[in-house]
Amino acid sequence: MAQHKINYTQDGGLPVALTSIDKIVNWGRSNSLWALTYGLACCGIEMMASGASRFDFDRYGTIFRASPRQADVMIVAGTLTKKHAEFIKRLYDQMTEPRWVISMGSCANTGGMFNTYATVQGVDRIIPVDLYLPGCAPRPETLQYGVMLLQKKIRANKAGNAQKPKRLM
Amino acid sequence: MRAYTPKDNVQAKPYYTDRFYISPQVPKEAIENDAVFAADLAAIKAKFEVSDAYIQVGQMVVYIHAKNNYGVLELLRDELEYTQLTEMSAIDWLAKENKFEIFYQMLSMNKRKRVRIKMFIENGQAVNSVNELFRSADWSEREMFDMFGIEANGHPFMKRILLPYDWQGHPLLKTYPLEGDEFAAWYEIDKIYGKEARDIIGPELRDPARVDRYDSERFARLGFEVPKGTVITGHEPKTEQSYQEEGGVFMIKKFDKKSSVVIDDPQR
Repeated sequence: MAQHKINYTQDGGLPVALTSIDKIVNWGRSNSLWALTYGLACCGIEMMASGASRFDFDRYGTIFRASPRQADVMIVAGTLTKKHAEFIKRLYDQMTEPRWVISMGSCANTGGMFNTYATVQGVDRIIPVDLYLPGCAPRPETLQYGVMLLQKKIRANKAGNAQKPKRLM
Repeated sequence: MRAYTPKDNVQAKPYYTDRFYISPQVPKEAIENDAVFAADLAAIKAKFEVSDAYIQVGQMVVYIHAKNNYGVLELLRDELEYTQLTEMSAIDWLAKENKFEIFYQMLSMNKRKRVRIKMFIENGQAVNSVNELFRSADWSEREMFDMFGIEANGHPFMKRILLPYDWQGHPLLKTYPLEGDEFAAWYEIDKIYGKEARDIIGPELRDPARVDRYDSERFARLGFEVPKGTVITGHEPKTEQSYQEEGGVFMIKKFDKKSSVVIDDPQR
């Protein structure tokens, strides 16, 4: 009779893998990080290069979306002007939680060389930032490494609703 | 060679010690040196008052009265073949003589000549719009209003072009600080979060090169990361940065440098 006695918990049995909810949810979240296209200046060119065939962001499951409602991570690539600040806040608010923000390049980090009246001195004055990428502009490798670090950060967190939403104030 | 000057603390000082340095003027030539310009100037002088005229860097500069700007430009366009208004804007001379200088840069493709029409207006005075003559004046006059606060009478849409409509101040005035006044410094915070958020978010950090390794609120030393707000003692343990955890991740392989093979032979 029971010739097909199966040990469900071992490899080679039925395709069953045991894990925790946190791990499986975070596995899904971290490996399909859809990014909101936010190319504001020359960093946007590097961001586009990261998505194109040579650097190929699709390997990470990172696909650029043109709508904040379909995006998980906002990559702020470029100089944020004060005129535009209210729109970045609005787009950030339109993203569904959980959401993450990568500040890409010197301008988005601190205002960079634009020490002027019209430039926001760091995008973290408007929205909470998870990861800062240095460089002017950062290479696509830097952005991809940054996304990998963000994936690591996502995996380190609890997946449930207990996770506190990030607020600047 | 330039004489050596000590470079100690050079970043603390502005590069030019004289903030109001005026560079030497390019030499001016008489109008009579150029027959085409002499004929043009005679045509302008026949109808309008000209206070000064000379040639500089191969271009004629003509000073006219502010009330005649539309007429002079119409004459230049219709009769003297200066068919393009390539640029126009203003210069702030408020500190010197409480006046603005307005200039119109004209180009004639037929004559291969450029003429600059200049005029002075008082502070607070408006100019006549030349938008009817040249479409290029549309945005230029709006920009002039945006940057200097000079209004153009008869313009169809006299609003700011670059800065937001609710902006206060005109940034190209020489009295306007480069880093912005108080309104500019708090503009985005006031607009998005309200004035009460100023205390929470704090003033702008205007030095992008500022690094404080003892500030764990804003800075994290790479490889020696500590939780936010920790007091830095200098004996922080080294934390190895890696894109993946040591134990590996479910269903994702970690790249192992030791077991990988480097292909040296491109003809393999």
